[in-house]
Amino acid sequence: MTTEETVIQARALTKEFVRDEFHVIALQDVDIDIHKGEFVALMGPSGSGKSTLLHLIAAMDYATGGEIRVLGENLRAMSDGEIARWRNHNVGFIFQQFNLIPVLTALENVELPLKLTNLNKQERNDHATTALKLVGLGDRLGHFPRQLSGGQEQRVAIARAIVTDPALILADEPTGNLDAASAQEVLSILSRLNKEYGKTIVMVTHDAHAARSATKVRHLEKGALLPEGQLPAD
Amino acid sequence: MAIPLSYNFRNLIVRKTTTIMTALGIALTVAVLLSILALVDGLRTAFTASGNPLHVLVMRKGSDSELTSNFTRTGYQDLKFKAGIARNKAGEPMASLEIVTVINLPSVTNPDGSNVTLRGLSPVGIEMREVLRISAGRWFETGKREVVVGRSIAARFPSAALGQRLRFGRGEWDVVGIMDAGKSANNSEIFADLNQVSSDFQRTEVLSSALVRAVDPVAAAALVNDINNDQRLNTGARTEAEYYESQTSSAVPIQFLGMFISAIMAVGSSFAAMNTMYAAVARRAREIGTLRVLGFSRGSILFSFFVESVLLALLGGILGCLLVLPLNGVTTGMSNFVTFSEIAFDFSIGPSIMATGVAFAVVLGALGGFFPARMAAKKEILVALREV
Repeated sequence: MTTEETVIQARALTKEFVRDEFHVIALQDVDIDIHKGEFVALMGPSGSGKSTLLHLIAAMDYATGGEIRVLGENLRAMSDGEIARWRNHNVGFIFQQFNLIPVLTALENVELPLKLTNLNKQERNDHATTALKLVGLGDRLGHFPRQLSGGQEQRVAIARAIVTDPALILADEPTGNLDAASAQEVLSILSRLNKEYGKTIVMVTHDAHAARSATKVRHLEKGALLPEGQLPAD
Repeated sequence: MAIPLSYNFRNLIVRKTTTIMTALGIALTVAVLLSILALVDGLRTAFTASGNPLHVLVMRKGSDSELTSNFTRTGYQDLKFKAGIARNKAGEPMASLEIVTVINLPSVTNPDGSNVTLRGLSPVGIEMREVLRISAGRWFETGKREVVVGRSIAARFPSAALGQRLRFGRGEWDVVGIMDAGKSANNSEIFADLNQVSSDFQRTEVLSSALVRAVDPVAAAALVNDINNDQRLNTGARTEAEYYESQTSSAVPIQFLGMFISAIMAVGSSFAAMNTMYAAVARRAREIGTLRVLGFSRGSILFSFFVESVLLALLGGILGCLLVLPLNGVTTGMSNFVTFSEIAFDFSIGPSIMATGVAFAVVLGALGGFFPARMAAKKEILVALREV
């Protein structure tokens, strides 16, 4: 793999914080390279630091040590506004609890990130419709989140994550709140996005079945990233 | 581009009970303010409509009102032939010697009686007030105890209705007509024959004032100067418009009180809006976090919640305007502290007053919304996403 194809590069990445007078090391000296077109599943028990790593990749949180470059950018050097724009253009984020805006329709939810682009209203509408069709919800454009099933909500969230055509998709337990059938649908879509559209995906999951959709699985334990292929002790 | 307005509109609709209660709180504050403004505007309209810029009012030097002034018949004879005074079709100088006093009449709102201005004047005084129209009955006849009452007096004082008989001075006076003076203060007066009134009140020589009409505005100014500098007359003159303008000071105490109450209510309404918006920010913390993850900046979040607060207040402002709209044109009365008599006038709610009310509401919304909006904008993404 060449350096140009490295989408995420972390070196000695560390995140420490103090909670209720206790010093907590959430992530310690993590080195990781994720390359373009990879679908990486981050696994580990609760508190192992997998979500923390995902948040650092998305610049939703800052490391207390080490460095991280995502899509060639040193996120620490960017201002709040620059990070917001960068995230809008380059990262699609999928949450465990979908996090759709309840007062907006599926189409409007998917259109939201496009409000920050230069697209006109018609173009935004076309892009959002295409994204929803891609996840199989072309017939649910005008539905509000409360009118959709959990699986459908998560598919709307995926459409929202891909509508700006980002290079990187980050998913935090995307199947955690879904039944088996819906979870399988979501994983199929993610696999398709990776295989057919070449999207780089980093997915945090507890679920070994979900992790099988990924092309690579990495395990974390007590804030440390285990070597490739190594599983946690317990 | 900002977060779509539909997001804010729909959130206001979703929590409709809170929205309506907060908007009603703001609406009541706006309604109180607008009522006061409408009252003051109505009073001001009554006074400004009363003053003809060509008319010069002559009173005793130092007098602020016709009631406390005196002016002799001799002085009137010297006055009416001054240069610059217009003449009527008959060639007579347009100068009206008048006597002004107050009588007490029981009113609808005050059965114990309120002071009402009684004006004795000659036919030329009526001729000079072109706005006057007899809406019922006829004008009084000279030498008789007959009165014509203003429209507002007829409406507010049952004993002064057409055909009634009033008792004041040395006898009983027949109400023979009702006059309509447009929006002017004459609607709150009773007119009668100058000589009959002065005789009944034993003031045949020393009356109250004189009203003269100048041929043009330049002559009016010259006439004011001339009279003020005339040592023989020892009188003060000013245009009728200036005289009535000075009486708008009657509205100052009620205006102050109204503004004071509005200000206190405004603080309460502003806190209500603030409370509502703080609750909205707390309830939508995860949405705020999500919007930030999608790429919306802190500024966009601040603007969105700020706009939502302003929209909420705007609704309150519009409701407030609707609440006070039925007051428009309603006649009320208050004591004129210059003439010690009641002046009746109409509440006046025009577009400018309503715009003031809406602007006031927007300011309340902006004040109440800024801090919650700032709190929303300052939320860290992860903290916001973890809030339930």
